[in-house]
Amino acid sequence: MGVDKIWVLVERADGKVPPAALELLTRARDLATTVEAVAWGPDVAAVAAELGAYGAAAVLDAGDPGDALVGAPVAGAIAAAVALGNGPDAVLIAATYDGRDIAGRLSARLDRPVITNVVGLEADGDGLLSEHGIFGGTQVATARFTGAGPALFVVRPKSFSAEPGGGSEGAPQVRPLPSGDLGSTNTAAIVAHHAEERTGPKLDEADVVVSGGRGLGSADAYAMIDELAKLLGGAPGASRAIVDAGWVPYAYQVGQTGKTVKPTVYLACGISGATQHMVGMKNAKNIIAVNKDQDAPIFTVADLGIVGDVHKVLPKLIEALKARS
Amino acid sequence: MNVAVCVKQIPDPAAPPALDPVTKNLVRTGKLILDDSDSYGVEMALQLAEAAGGGEVTVISMAPGGETSGLRTALAMGAAKAILVSDDALAGSDALATAKVLAAAVRRSGADLVLAATESTDGYTGTTPVQVAELLGLPSVTFAKKVTVDGSSVRVERQTEAGYDEVTCPLPALVTVTAGVVEPRYPSFKGIMAAKSKPLEQLTVADLGIDAGEVGAAGARQVVVDVAAAEARASGEIVVDEGDAHERIVQMLDQLKVI
Repeated sequence: MGVDKIWVLVERADGKVPPAALELLTRARDLATTVEAVAWGPDVAAVAAELGAYGAAAVLDAGDPGDALVGAPVAGAIAAAVALGNGPDAVLIAATYDGRDIAGRLSARLDRPVITNVVGLEADGDGLLSEHGIFGGTQVATARFTGAGPALFVVRPKSFSAEPGGGSEGAPQVRPLPSGDLGSTNTAAIVAHHAEERTGPKLDEADVVVSGGRGLGSADAYAMIDELAKLLGGAPGASRAIVDAGWVPYAYQVGQTGKTVKPTVYLACGISGATQHMVGMKNAKNIIAVNKDQDAPIFTVADLGIVGDVHKVLPKLIEALKARS
Repeated sequence: MNVAVCVKQIPDPAAPPALDPVTKNLVRTGKLILDDSDSYGVEMALQLAEAAGGGEVTVISMAPGGETSGLRTALAMGAAKAILVSDDALAGSDALATAKVLAAAVRRSGADLVLAATESTDGYTGTTPVQVAELLGLPSVTFAKKVTVDGSSVRVERQTEAGYDEVTCPLPALVTVTAGVVEPRYPSFKGIMAAKSKPLEQLTVADLGIDAGEVGAAGARQVVVDVAAAEARASGEIVVDEGDAHERIVQMLDQLKVI
């Protein structure tokens, strides 16, 4: 057994508990005597039973930030609890937009460093060892914290599998966390939400992901990726190069900076396979790559590599799939 | 409006990275360049200062060996001045120690708005900007894909899982920008010449009033105990397209029962 107590942050989307939080609860059960979930926003009690079923002995309510961005108030509440001597030995945070905000603020408030890009956690005596990918995930560094205070880990989604267990009968108790003194750090407010029109499955949950890269040549050619994704019931993705070029939004990005995907099939079209991209997709169960450069690094991980021009191969593939449906 | 941009000078990403075999820190000797991710923040700062009708853009960096080449690039793009913090005591600093140094330098710059990239290309910890904001007691908006300043507040389109949120925040504030938010300009010849005479202040840890024991390897509270190659994935079948390679893809998709 590693540590006494781990807190797992639960960032809900539309009130639902995402897989990333359940993955962290599952892993935390094997590393700590007590696992507690930290949640925020309206009606935290509504998800207590579900979190309990994955091993949370209690659910700690960090309050409802309302329209404020969550980084400052959630970090403030956790730091206030730590200051009162009620803190955990480690905090596990999923690597999301808000998760990273909370981690950065919490680190500064507690004066504790934070280890990010974590893909593995192991017990080490009465502490924890973390594994995190470096150099685009081609190498794995193992690290541990020294000194007093909670260890802060930002974990990449899909690093662990989620399985129910370790729970007690009924929903665990919900307890409020104290509020932190936020000063002007809490003044960033959301005035409007915009949902991008997306049909089909989410990028990080899709069974098939079709991604495009610089080899497409132009933003217009991305239409082929959209069409292929639709035909395969999958989600369209992108390399950093074409996101940087403004062809598609940031949310499409697969890689170290973007999403981590583990679909049954990953179809990489015109993507050379920079390490920055590979770290986000190399754990796909099957990888198919189309690239005209036979020396492209993407072919070193592809189960099927097609050396060819995406402008010739993809239209024919689209026609062939249409003919079947 | 004065804007400070935190930038990182990194080894050329095209060159293979290396770790010091003893300290397990990134080897950062040799020529460093402006992280490509930071060129977007510099461009954004220049555009915002211009739109606000004036004000200076200050670029701030922490780097070993008095490295200034990346800062000169930013100055050549149009930044007015630069602050470099370089000190042997900083070797082996973690992200939080780096944030402490940058926060102290930002405070010195007197900026109304602080910009940074979402993360660096080489280390990609991705927490330093928000740590800077917290240390300065500032609000922050991360993952901006559009930024406008309206008098005393900043309005940001912030990337979310579902799309984007419109966020407003009073100044002073810190904003991190995603790559692609603007099109970075190339330094002109005139800009490159002008950059040579722009003010570049070089500071030590002591100049910033920071205790050397709090930063660098002396202040680090995480140790890397091992580094190993990640599990490699074997490559599979390679087919050179002769007009019918799509059929092999269809066949494989069929076998995998995704069609």
